[in-house]
Amino acid sequence: MAEVISPGNPGEVGEAIAWAIGGERKLEVRAGGTKRSLGRPVAADVVLDVSRLSRLQAYEPEELVLTAEAATPLGAVEAALAEHGQQLAFEPPDLGSLYGLPEGGATLGGVMACNLSGPRRVKAFAARDHFLGVKAVNGRGEVFKAGGRVVKNVTGYDLCKLLAGSHGTLAVMTEITIKVTPAPEKTRTVLIFGLSDGEAIEALARAMHSSHEVSGAAHLPASLAARSRVAYLSGANAAVTALRVEGFGPSVLARCGALREAFNGTGPLEELHGQNSALLWREIRDLAYFADEPERAVWRLCVPPAEAAVLVARLPEKLGARPYYDWAGGLIWLSVEGAEDAGEPGVRGALGKAGGHALLVRAPETVRRSVPVFQPQDDALAALTARTKQSFDPCHVLNPGRMYNGV
Amino acid sequence: MRMPEPDPAVLAQAVRVTEELSRIVGAESVIADAERLRAYECDGFTAHRQRPMVVALPETTEQVVRILKLCQRIGAKVVPRGAGTGLSGGAMPLADGVTLGLAKLNRILDIDYPNRCVVVQPGVTNLAITEAVKADGFYYAPDPSSQLACSIGGNVAENSGGVHCLKYGLTTNNILGLEAVLMSGDVVRVGGRHMEAEGYDFLGLLAGSEGLLAVVTEVTVRILPKAPSAKAMLIGFPTVEQAGACVAAVIGAGIIPAGLEIMDELAIEAAENFVHAGYPLDVEALLIAELDGPEVEVEHLVGRVQAIANEKGAVSVRVSRDEAERDRFWAGRKAAFSAAGRISPDYYVMDGTIPRARLAEVLGRIKGLSKRYGLRVVNVFHAGDGNLHPLILYDVSQPGELAKTEELGAEILRLCVDVGGVLTGEHGVGVEKRDLMEFMFSAVDLDQQQRVKCAFDPGGLLNPGKVFPKLRRCAELGQMHVHQGALPFPDLPRF
Repeated sequence: MAEVISPGNPGEVGEAIAWAIGGERKLEVRAGGTKRSLGRPVAADVVLDVSRLSRLQAYEPEELVLTAEAATPLGAVEAALAEHGQQLAFEPPDLGSLYGLPEGGATLGGVMACNLSGPRRVKAFAARDHFLGVKAVNGRGEVFKAGGRVVKNVTGYDLCKLLAGSHGTLAVMTEITIKVTPAPEKTRTVLIFGLSDGEAIEALARAMHSSHEVSGAAHLPASLAARSRVAYLSGANAAVTALRVEGFGPSVLARCGALREAFNGTGPLEELHGQNSALLWREIRDLAYFADEPERAVWRLCVPPAEAAVLVARLPEKLGARPYYDWAGGLIWLSVEGAEDAGEPGVRGALGKAGGHALLVRAPETVRRSVPVFQPQDDALAALTARTKQSFDPCHVLNPGRMYNGV
Repeated sequence: MRMPEPDPAVLAQAVRVTEELSRIVGAESVIADAERLRAYECDGFTAHRQRPMVVALPETTEQVVRILKLCQRIGAKVVPRGAGTGLSGGAMPLADGVTLGLAKLNRILDIDYPNRCVVVQPGVTNLAITEAVKADGFYYAPDPSSQLACSIGGNVAENSGGVHCLKYGLTTNNILGLEAVLMSGDVVRVGGRHMEAEGYDFLGLLAGSEGLLAVVTEVTVRILPKAPSAKAMLIGFPTVEQAGACVAAVIGAGIIPAGLEIMDELAIEAAENFVHAGYPLDVEALLIAELDGPEVEVEHLVGRVQAIANEKGAVSVRVSRDEAERDRFWAGRKAAFSAAGRISPDYYVMDGTIPRARLAEVLGRIKGLSKRYGLRVVNVFHAGDGNLHPLILYDVSQPGELAKTEELGAEILRLCVDVGGVLTGEHGVGVEKRDLMEFMFSAVDLDQQQRVKCAFDPGGLLNPGKVFPKLRRCAELGQMHVHQGALPFPDLPRF
């Protein structure tokens, strides 16, 4: 087992990195460790465990801003926000059960490093859009900051964006400032039963084109709806299309009514309140439907929403694909038969000319070593990616190879 | 204004560069005569001017590629320029530079309703996007005051906001894809019609990079269905403190208005005399709040905001009765800069952002500074997100007054940083705030940013002299000092 070092402040992180450079060692950057299986295996000699950096430092509800050390548990952040009726609008997923780990282990830094957002992303932007400021240590061991503690800021390059979704390959984040938002007063979910994938994508688009401010737009084919813990879904024996509206009481009731009217005749309708609605969107967010089949590979496809059903129809039959749709079709979660290549040629082939990208979210380590986990880039973009890595981490000390071979 | 030293070797080749540019874009799209070059001497930041060596106006990505390759080969600097409305001098020319005007790249390439996006060339104006989709009930959300003239490429460069970004986000939150050309001539495409770009977030990095990293040649923007109803409220307060407290209370109550603006006494008076928006003239601060959404929600929230305003000591509250009145309420705010222009020969726009809670304190201190410098300051600001736009009134024909104005401006921005804010919320650093960057960032912070520039433009030819107070060579920034040895902190827990 690799050696683990656990610095307690940014200065010590810097010293650890300088030490690694001097000894030509490679570091695997880790906090909660819940997403170690997300990405290519890292060839590291030492684990740089930052989980001691876990203090919530400043939270000003009226400023809608929160600053915390990077390894602050997501649960602690969410609990602090809930006390003031606020939330993380981007609804970060908990991937614990997907990877066979306990739930609740994720940290704020891990979520930002992977730029993970849940169903509300369709309306309320992504994790990266809420990332206002950062303190981090680059691969030279230097502590730097970027951004600030205010929402509107164009002072210097937006390095927060660059670090979001960089999977720890550019710098070790030590402190994160995020924008938070008021939590909705009321939530309602309208269900439409029995639509085919194609019909569902059209219905979701219609909902998004309406002025009802839908904050969740998903479709579960019948086989996955049957796995829900919400009785309305598991007992339906049909595909389920779900539309969520959130906000102030009178507005939610009006919009929910308007949606029911708009989809009257499309299929049988139902309405979820409170607990049931929350449970459904948590399942969709956390990929709960794939947790019980660890042997199957899981893909995340980000595609032009209108293409979603067409794209799924292009998947080779031998993959035994089980898809479901979020973000009105813009996000497809896909589980496929376990295979040496996780069905990669079939999945990426289906993307076609429409654009978009596929990320292999769950597969055994051997598969993730041989199959491109992240969408392969063209020459110009790959070269820019390599130079960007170089600009932060010239000795390739941090999470080498996590995203791309050689980066 | 100190700018990079002109390169005599490049200046000596000016005629040849002009000829080669003509071969790429046609002689009619190259400007090299002194008279016509004057139009390009500055952008919206007019305090300093510089005539460019030559201006080229490409019409295709391919032409941009060839121009950048040519400039890279001969070592000529390139200054990208959109509509020229920028307020920080981001498009200020260089004496030995090629100004690359992108205004002719002005076509809307595709309107894609199924995927709720529009693909445009960078010279398309901000408002033209909304105009193109308005009839179908959609709009493009970011709406900087200059939206009639400013280009989407410029919006990307500056990460422009506008009065509605509190609820709907800035440019960076509303673009899905970019095509951009690097100084080497490499074309990179990031994102597209899908919701999230892949790999490192170059889309997010390029937004607000002020034309220092790449030349944007195509933008895919997200469009939204227009809210079915909207109402604006004019709320008058006896003091700025109370207006600030009202803003905090509204947000504290979980309400995010579509727009939330404050104007101070001098701003109210100037705007009212100019556009007759019906602003109250007996108050020290005017809060304009806009609520949009389904009718029932707007009604509900107008009631709640009104109650909060009364509790915070509002002396007048008016709610717009129809669209015409709502437009009129906004007309004064939108014309605030021009109104300042009517009461003073010149004005200087600042753009700091501060934590909302420090609003009253900062305004009080600005008032003090204004007195000390003997220069009037008009305050309008995006109160919802703490973005201040103090306008310093001055007269450039008075000897020394511009220098004094710039000094006052620097003091105001230093104040913003001191209270936990930043130098610029949406206008960019450009040349204007370049030398103030060290108020906010350490040398290490700035070196890391410049190393990122090196990844895009190792020769430092794209828009140099902007944003960074010190020009650093990439070779120097890339040096590493490696120390051999043991882990220097033996006390750390290890497992």
